[in-house]
Amino acid sequence: MNRKTLGFVLIALALLILPHLLTQVGTAWVRIANLAILFVFLSLGLNIVVGMAGLLDLGYVAFYAVGAYVWALLASPHFGLHLPFWIILPIGALLACLAGAVLGAPTLRLRGDYLAIVTLGFGEIVRIFMNNLSAPFNITNGPKGITRIDGMQLGEMNFMATDTLFGIPFTGPTKYYYVLLLLLLLIIVVNLRLQNSRIGRAWVAIREDEVAAKAAGINSRNVKLLAFAMGASFGGIAGGMFAAMQGFVSPESFILHESIMILAMVVLGGMGNVWGVIAGALLLSFVPEFLRYTVEPVQKALFGQLLIEPEILRMLLFGIALVLTMRFRPAGLWPESRHKLEAKEAKEASA
Amino acid sequence: MDIFLQQIINGLTTGSVYAIVALGYTMVYGVIQLINFAHGEVVMIGAMVAFTVIMAIVGAGAPLPPIVIVLAGVLAAIPVCMTVGFLLERVAYRPLRHAPRLAPLITAIGMSIILQQLALLIWGRDPRAFPQIMENTSFSLGGAAISSVQIAIILMSIALMAVLTWFVYRTKFGIAMRATAENVSVAGLMGIDANRVIAGTFIIAAGLAAVAGVMYGTYYGIAHYTMGFILGLKAFSAAVLGGIGNLAGAMLGGILLGLVEALGTGYISEFTDLCKWPVVGAEGMLMERCAADGHVVLFGSNYQDVFAFLVLIMVLVFRPSGLLGERVSERA
Repeated sequence: MNRKTLGFVLIALALLILPHLLTQVGTAWVRIANLAILFVFLSLGLNIVVGMAGLLDLGYVAFYAVGAYVWALLASPHFGLHLPFWIILPIGALLACLAGAVLGAPTLRLRGDYLAIVTLGFGEIVRIFMNNLSAPFNITNGPKGITRIDGMQLGEMNFMATDTLFGIPFTGPTKYYYVLLLLLLLIIVVNLRLQNSRIGRAWVAIREDEVAAKAAGINSRNVKLLAFAMGASFGGIAGGMFAAMQGFVSPESFILHESIMILAMVVLGGMGNVWGVIAGALLLSFVPEFLRYTVEPVQKALFGQLLIEPEILRMLLFGIALVLTMRFRPAGLWPESRHKLEAKEAKEASA
Repeated sequence: MDIFLQQIINGLTTGSVYAIVALGYTMVYGVIQLINFAHGEVVMIGAMVAFTVIMAIVGAGAPLPPIVIVLAGVLAAIPVCMTVGFLLERVAYRPLRHAPRLAPLITAIGMSIILQQLALLIWGRDPRAFPQIMENTSFSLGGAAISSVQIAIILMSIALMAVLTWFVYRTKFGIAMRATAENVSVAGLMGIDANRVIAGTFIIAAGLAAVAGVMYGTYYGIAHYTMGFILGLKAFSAAVLGGIGNLAGAMLGGILLGLVEALGTGYISEFTDLCKWPVVGAEGMLMERCAADGHVVLFGSNYQDVFAFLVLIMVLVFRPSGLLGERVSERA
């Protein structure tokens, strides 16, 4: 066995036993890990649109919302429907994909910041509809959201209950963790394969220079639409899993702030680089949670009292971290090699 | 009361506030092609500082006419906001001037979070009621009512726009600004200090934001640490609607957005009342509900923001660079 394989095996083992270690600290941390994986899905989806194709999308959370609401409406007492997950997830992904195409089609001519504001508006429109589609006909139950959503059900296994296998207890969140891990593996493989595929290179080409890409025979319209649709379908799957895990969805979860956070994960980690984006998503998911549990005791230890409300200090530190990271690593923490080159060129040009 | 005229007046009022904030976005964008996402927070800080000063004067019981108190608030807010704007540029954006395109955007988001949390730390979580010291007399205007605050806001905005236009087109600094916007390096060859111009642009934008913050606060009677977000979003939409980087565009976009929003809010529930329309296929069910409530409104005024964004999207689909914008090339 060479060292690379050994490394992979060790990481895989670590990931497999992680939820059991986290359970020792607290079940909350398994949930946090699950949410972090969902954010990895979302960031990888957005990375296709922003990182690879270079289309600045500030409304990405809309697709997440579509996926979540599809699950919520098709598997809850709200409409009395209880479809199994293997029907809902594809429907969610498909509808999100369609929503992506709907957003993509009218915005093909827009560039840069104009595209940003239109996608932002689209995200807000979707959220406002979910917030208000409770009257005159109750579809989304408005700001109250949809409750008592069915969890995942795999054969006889119910994801809400704890099972014991070989003497090891598997709690609900732990089971979701394994499902998410499996999905994550699949999505990472898809992304890595995409990166060096014909389509992936076409995306990079239109990102770098659309005119030149067109001249080289790339159908920029189709390629852009495909980027929107594929990115969106990732969001749809993440949304479905989110609804199943939480058992509750409301428009609150799909505000603009979420889109911005996902974008921050992509940019901070290193746009276009799959591993960088994954790292960015994990970092921005865990750091705020970590701060949540540490700022209070640390303040008490240092000053003997609470000087700044923990929640405020946590957000403050988070903002400062964003600014400082961009200050010292403007191309992200782990940039794509192409971006590294650009940053270097820009530096030389300015010098 | 004439609803149409009334909504026009309301729309003009909010539209002028949007326009003043949008000018801040568009000026900064014009010079360094950066969406200053933290601009909305500068507006919020302006409102908060003015609120504090006004409350202090009112609390001290100084026998001053209300207009003087409000002016004192504005005069206190302007330098504070200008300092914030200057620091924003100096600390956060200047080091990133040659960074990849999205890096400054993330920095802007980070600064926006920082400013919001600082405001939360200073002024607390609860919304502050702006003291209603300005006597809000209403005048009748062709069947609609216009209040003195509305008149003040509209006049103030017109004055600010006029002064700004004069400044940008007639003064030496304005010419330097436009030259820098056109081409930074060539402007540099002509002896223009780009750093000074960019810092100056941020300071002017922040000054405008301060005034807009006070106007918004006095109009809605409330100030809150999150108010900058939605206002900034609307103003940014307005700037894009008019064509970002274009001063006249920001003014036009702001006013238009205000009008569209006001008219949309005023009329949308009437237009989407299903009882007024022949709905094919669902007559029976509708008839019952119409008889019971009188209205079955499909989209009420809570869709106000949808309306604003839809108009924005429609305009951009047909005019991809905004109403008055020139064709801009993407910055690599």
